[in-house]
Amino acid sequence: MTRNSPRLGLALLLAVLVAGFLAYFGSEVLPAWIPSGDRAPPRLADYLFYAVAALTVAGAAGVALSRNILWSAIGLLMALLGTGAIYVFLSADFLAVTQLLVYIGGVLVLILFAVMLTNRIGDVDVSNRSFGLLGGLALFAAVAPLLLFVAALTPWRSHPAGSLSPTTAAIGDEFLSRWLLPFEVASVVLLATLIGAVVMARKELKPEEPRETP
Amino acid sequence: MTHLTLTHFLAVGALLFALGLVTVATRRNAVAVLMGVELILNGANVNLVAFNRYSDPSGGVSGQVFALFVIVLAAAEAAVGLAIVLAIFQSFRSIDVRTADTMRE
Repeated sequence: MTRNSPRLGLALLLAVLVAGFLAYFGSEVLPAWIPSGDRAPPRLADYLFYAVAALTVAGAAGVALSRNILWSAIGLLMALLGTGAIYVFLSADFLAVTQLLVYIGGVLVLILFAVMLTNRIGDVDVSNRSFGLLGGLALFAAVAPLLLFVAALTPWRSHPAGSLSPTTAAIGDEFLSRWLLPFEVASVVLLATLIGAVVMARKELKPEEPRETP
Repeated sequence: MTHLTLTHFLAVGALLFALGLVTVATRRNAVAVLMGVELILNGANVNLVAFNRYSDPSGGVSGQVFALFVIVLAAAEAAVGLAIVLAIFQSFRSIDVRTADTMRE
């Protein structure tokens, strides 16, 4: 832990910088670009959104920058939790619960299992070397401003959103009427995934086992 | 007048996508690469749900349905990808993506 602390401090510093950049971007730059009617004082929901967005982006930065793969998993947990909270802001309650169940309850636990099975804990600090911080920073500097400026400067034809309302019943209706075929195909995909994952993960588990019949 | 606009959510999605891309591009650990893929899919999902809320005046949920399909496929991708990572670990005794460069032992 002591060897990791400067690296972790750097990662946290960068995460704070990114979060501060996001807050500055959302509070200072955007109102100048977006013609947003009246300038009412910010509400509690806005502060909550900024906190959740900062948590999400900080978690994602932890995934990208942390040297220890376990800290990366913790960062992924933060990012997935924050994304679920953002779904709540977008009136997608069923999606938020699904995010919690599938991603955090399923995918993250699966990833942690893979980390524990494939890493010897003793050399966990060298198990997550990166190709180079400089290349990653260059890639980030190439991609992120482009996407952010596109998001900020495009005159989206957006309608004022209504009040938050539950959508579970509407999603169920859509699944069983308009999207019935993709829904059924998704179940077939999940079955194939189940069988395929078991076959692939099991085939090599006992390579020295004597085979009795050809 | 609401304060949160479409652009706020698009910015979060863009940052998630960019950080996931950096993770995929710079990591040697195959499990970390899969984490980056999950981040990219989450960024795309945020965009889908945000567009669904802010650009559909009738209050449809097609974007949320699409995001649910993305979540299903992401779970399937994670399961198969981690099974492949375990198989690679059994073959090469390492999950460094630079060691797994042959199709057979």
